Amino acid sequence: MTEFFQHLVNGVSVGTIYALIALGYTMVYGVLKLINFAHGDVYMVGAFSGYYLGTVGGGGQPSFIRAAYITLGAMIVCGLLGYVIERFAYRPLRDQARLTSLITAIGVSFLLEYGFQLTPWFREPVPFPPGPSPRFFPTLLDFGPAPSLEFLGVTVPKIDALGLVLALALMLLLQHIVYRTRFGTAMRAVSFDPQVAGLMGIPVNRIISMTFVLGSALAAAAGIINASSRPKIEPLFGLMSGLKAFVAAVLGGIGNVPGAMAGGLLLGVTEEYVAGYTSSSYRDAIAFAVLILVLLLRPEGLFGRATVEKV
Amino acid sequence: MTRARALLRSFLPFLVGLPILVVLEAVTPPDFSLILVSVGVNVILAVSLNVVNGFTGQFSLGHAGFMAVGAYTAAKLTTALAGVELPFLPQVLSDQIFFALALSAAMAAAALAGVLVGMPSLRLRGDYLAIVTLGFGEIIRSVIENLKALGQATGLSGLPARTNLVWVGISVIATVVMAYRLATSTQGRALFAIREDEIAAEAMGVDTTGYKVRAFVISAAYAGLAGALISHAILLATPRMFTFVRSIEVVVMVVLGGLGSITGSVVAAALLTVALELLREFQAYRMVVYALLLIALMLLRPQGIFGTRELWNLALFRRLFRSPRLAAAATSGASPTEIRDDSTTGGAV
Repeated sequence: MTEFFQHLVNGVSVGTIYALIALGYTMVYGVLKLINFAHGDVYMVGAFSGYYLGTVGGGGQPSFIRAAYITLGAMIVCGLLGYVIERFAYRPLRDQARLTSLITAIGVSFLLEYGFQLTPWFREPVPFPPGPSPRFFPTLLDFGPAPSLEFLGVTVPKIDALGLVLALALMLLLQHIVYRTRFGTAMRAVSFDPQVAGLMGIPVNRIISMTFVLGSALAAAAGIINASSRPKIEPLFGLMSGLKAFVAAVLGGIGNVPGAMAGGLLLGVTEEYVAGYTSSSYRDAIAFAVLILVLLLRPEGLFGRATVEKV
Repeated sequence: MTRARALLRSFLPFLVGLPILVVLEAVTPPDFSLILVSVGVNVILAVSLNVVNGFTGQFSLGHAGFMAVGAYTAAKLTTALAGVELPFLPQVLSDQIFFALALSAAMAAAALAGVLVGMPSLRLRGDYLAIVTLGFGEIIRSVIENLKALGQATGLSGLPARTNLVWVGISVIATVVMAYRLATSTQGRALFAIREDEIAAEAMGVDTTGYKVRAFVISAAYAGLAGALISHAILLATPRMFTFVRSIEVVVMVVLGGLGSITGSVVAAALLTVALELLREFQAYRMVVYALLLIALMLLRPQGIFGTRELWNLALFRRLFRSPRLAAAATSGASPTEIRDDSTTGGAV
């Protein structure tokens, strides 16, 4: 029974990461009908910007202020990156076939992954690009002698609990933005019909840019939360998490914000249980099996509404 | 009469190609021969992927998975039959017969995998298919890494050296002839119809899912052949050879040559393979170059170098070889794979 709850705790911890990344996929898919392949790599860049922000300042003591500064810094860096990617790689292709944008997205993804693996161009003050070998994320918060809580034999690392709280706060904030603000209303209008939204005076381009910025910032937060709990980071680790987060978005119903959160948590927990009770070497295959099952049985996702295509 | 001519047109390339290949095999030094083998394998991969991504307008990212199925099937067979000798035949000849058997088995196994993957996933549209095929590729790889019989992560090594330029050349000819014959057939017309407008094609009575699955299975079979050939040239089959990156490499070749152009795929595959061979010391930059190439190509010339045209439809080529038949084809605009100019921008919603 203890094992069961321990898996649940681990699954939720991984699931919040998937959920945060999935939000970016789902929002971008909502407004552009594009699978932003590079989103998983933005998440990776988020973790690395946190690493650089944390080491450039010459270390420093772990504290809440430093953690907040690094998290916000990484979110700003990735927000800018998301803006640049949208502006220069996707916007020029918006009226082309959808496949064209997908190929470009794969290109951007590979550029980030393998660009970060190149041997460093300059070494001072820190080597950049980081190169292929894994790096260790600095400790942001010091929990003293007892870094985890214990309930009836179930270990809950405090950093994971904090990460969950932060992730939930960000999700609530996003929920507020999407459903309660003028920007959110505009975003939903663009997602419903970009052409008509434009005719109604909504600045479609700006809304799409902002959607990318928002999604990328959330991915950066996910990167920081993940890296402070599992500190080994390398340029390729975004690929798999990104794909799994996409599966989470599809599971919850792509284009649906609460669905992405639920999908992420569900996928994380499922993965943890299957890997925990069978063989952990099948971990990466589970997500894809889930994807295929969802697409076969309920392609609109758990919370999505089936739409009939009009000809 | 026409049937005989069609048959001849299919077999003529083999009849012409075989003696050339035998001579080529005899005179090529071994290290140069390996480069030719990898060119040939990449041509097979690119042309076969073009059947799905170019002709049918679907987007598969799982080609490496089918390569793996073919490679492991053939490797298991050739290692099991390595010492066996057919009666009344010299060892060399019986080895070659077994290799032909192994190659056919590789194609069959990959085709079977293609059916299993294609049946459920081809009901989906465009970009979902990309992720599902990618996922299937990863699942195949992760199954291999978990099976003791397939050597897990270290793979199978010490395979018998069976691949030579004759086998590769014959396979390349077979792939190209297959693609060309497919493009000029009723099947091919149906595939182009699906690419141009799936809903319209369905309304005209084209069994879209059926044709998509068939194209996918054909493509998978040839990917299996390529996998079998390359693993018996480098005498190794490991899961690392068949990652997602390998699939992307093939996609780059197809996109560079032009989605839907057979000659485009051949030229792009050959050029990229040779270029990367020459730029060996910049190995680290390889994937970055691929990525930049993809982005630049999509921004500047999304239809690829040749578009959907073939080599003989290009103006330059036409001027050089102005044969009456080609000229007639040129005026009617009838390359089998060529499409209307307005169609490249279609599909955007």
